[in-house]
Amino acid sequence: MTGDTIPEAARLPRRAGAGDAAGEEPRPRRQPREDGRFLFSPWHLVLIPLAVVMLVPMVWMLVTSLETLNETRHFPPVLLPHTLAPGNYAQVLRQAPFARWFVNTLIVTVATVAGNLLLCAMAGYAFARIKFFGREVVFILVLATLMIPFQVVMIPTFIIVKHLGLINTLGGLIVPNLAQAFGIFLFRQFFRTLPVELEEAARIDGASRLGVLFKIVLPLSGPALATVAVITFLYTWNDFLWPLITIYSPNNMTLQLGLTTFEGTHQTTTNLLMAANVMSLLPVLLLFFLAQRYFIRGIASTGLKG
Amino acid sequence: MAQVSLEGITKEFAGGVRAVNEVSLEVPDGEFLVLVGPSGCGKTTALRLIAGLEKATSGTIRIGSQVVNGVSPRDRDIAMVFQNYALYPHMTVYRNLAFGLRERRTPKPEIARRVAEISSILGLDELLKRRPAQLSGGQRQRVAMGRALVREPAVFLLDEPLSNLDAKLRVQMRAELKRLHQKLGITTVYVTHDQVEAMTLADRMVVMSAGRTLQIGAPQEIYAEPVSLFVAGFIGSPAMNLLRGRAAGSRVTAGELAFERPGVPDGEVVVGIRPESLVPAGAAVPSGAAGPPCLDLHVDLVEPLGETTLVHGTVSGAAAESGAEEEQAILADAASRAPVTAVLATSHGTRPGDRMRVTAPPDRIYLFDAATGEAIR
Repeated sequence: MTGDTIPEAARLPRRAGAGDAAGEEPRPRRQPREDGRFLFSPWHLVLIPLAVVMLVPMVWMLVTSLETLNETRHFPPVLLPHTLAPGNYAQVLRQAPFARWFVNTLIVTVATVAGNLLLCAMAGYAFARIKFFGREVVFILVLATLMIPFQVVMIPTFIIVKHLGLINTLGGLIVPNLAQAFGIFLFRQFFRTLPVELEEAARIDGASRLGVLFKIVLPLSGPALATVAVITFLYTWNDFLWPLITIYSPNNMTLQLGLTTFEGTHQTTTNLLMAANVMSLLPVLLLFFLAQRYFIRGIASTGLKG
Repeated sequence: MAQVSLEGITKEFAGGVRAVNEVSLEVPDGEFLVLVGPSGCGKTTALRLIAGLEKATSGTIRIGSQVVNGVSPRDRDIAMVFQNYALYPHMTVYRNLAFGLRERRTPKPEIARRVAEISSILGLDELLKRRPAQLSGGQRQRVAMGRALVREPAVFLLDEPLSNLDAKLRVQMRAELKRLHQKLGITTVYVTHDQVEAMTLADRMVVMSAGRTLQIGAPQEIYAEPVSLFVAGFIGSPAMNLLRGRAAGSRVTAGELAFERPGVPDGEVVVGIRPESLVPAGAAVPSGAAGPPCLDLHVDLVEPLGETTLVHGTVSGAAAESGAEEEQAILADAASRAPVTAVLATSHGTRPGDRMRVTAPPDRIYLFDAATGEAIR
């Protein structure tokens, strides 16, 4: 049929798919070291101490979570506990509605992530591809909201949520965060890199605008979807201030809020607090290891902190 | 099946660029029409206007008897093949082919039947489970055509579909495209910048430049009777030789070339001779006092092509430009001599450094007004 061989075609970059025929070269991947040995670079002299600095709080948290209350109060801090107290974890689960908080946080996070993926993708697509009056102005306004600190909009948002009757509900945590300017921006930037011919071909093939978005554009937007999902997950899971002012009954608390109940007015049970911390951190750590490259891509592509 | 007609179509982009300027065309049912012109001439925009991917600033577009100016692409009953194929990378070949039918809610058995039919016509049976990234250039090209044809559109639009293929495959696909058109008889509008492709494929072709149509006609007609210097320089490969000359009292002179042409108005002219028309003077034409116009060609380069050889050289006189040149000539000679190319039989044995006399039949010498570029008949 044709003289071309399949391996040659398969070498072409994947995502470009249809657009790659113009002959762009596959980007060279960084090769792993052939002998697999650790090669020293002067940068390591800087990076290793930095890594240690980053790791110390984590290690300390883990150690403290296994200490008895007396040892946590010792000064200088005890870094190697004399007696391990794994019972701290069981006590956390007994003493506080920890499972409830975990489920609450999961509900809020999943709903917020889903909302952001859907709504930000739709808005981002409109900004990227649909020509409408005032598009650039509206987009700049959306971007400008990134510069407004949360503390400024906190009270107005609270009043809106109160009028919606969502104070002290999980809905009050979800609704205000369903779409974020950051996600819209990220989707828009990504969609603009997709070859527009794919969408034109789909429109000629009979797809509607939404059909194009859901059947052609989104299936090709894995990296953008993953980045927005990961960053929204992280933000929502760790959010503290908004739940603090919205939620007051313990049953509706999220993890971050629930953790504060271990800090009493007169006494803080540091070992229990740290055990709860470790447990609340596990999903985040798991996600980080699974989706590390999307964290980095998301942060690098926007210049925002995660 | 349908005819397509454009009436006074203008497309102005933001910033006032007129990509298409007052273009009128008729494409009868079943015709293979080729829009050809240098890059930036508006041919792709014209095609996108027919497809509905761009909105005309003014003018009327009809497909069949329906005015389609405000009709969305999916309701125009057209199919388009893009230059980079635009295959959906996340779908298998089968789903690529079926996508348009599924979007139109065609029943599943009908989809299966039509995909099977088109894939056997185009030889895609073995590839249905692959993804576009696993296909070669030629295979992708077939899938793109299949995706367009499977919907049995009234009008088939192609935007430089062969330009990403290597030379050999391009010639092969060109012939297959023509065969396919003969078999299916779908009204086709084809855009290319390659005039050889245009000549070989077209029932009729439209030469465009700067958003306007310069000439519409059968390829042979345009080759034989170009209406302007631009068309003459653009159509034909190698390009027509052009020399500056003067007409005075029915006598035309350009360098050493001199011949009678009754009825030519006096003034500056451009003389055009196709490389294929030039023959060695000694062999073909008897010399005499009123002999045919001859050129003294100093050969500096020969390119053997097998049966024929391209002979490049210079003659005395000044070169003229048609405006269709892709590039400025490298190593352009001093103005005193003009470059001339001839297609001669290889058996003639021309070598660089030769000096030879070449001639062309007087009726194959074209004249153009030097100021307006219009052909003088």
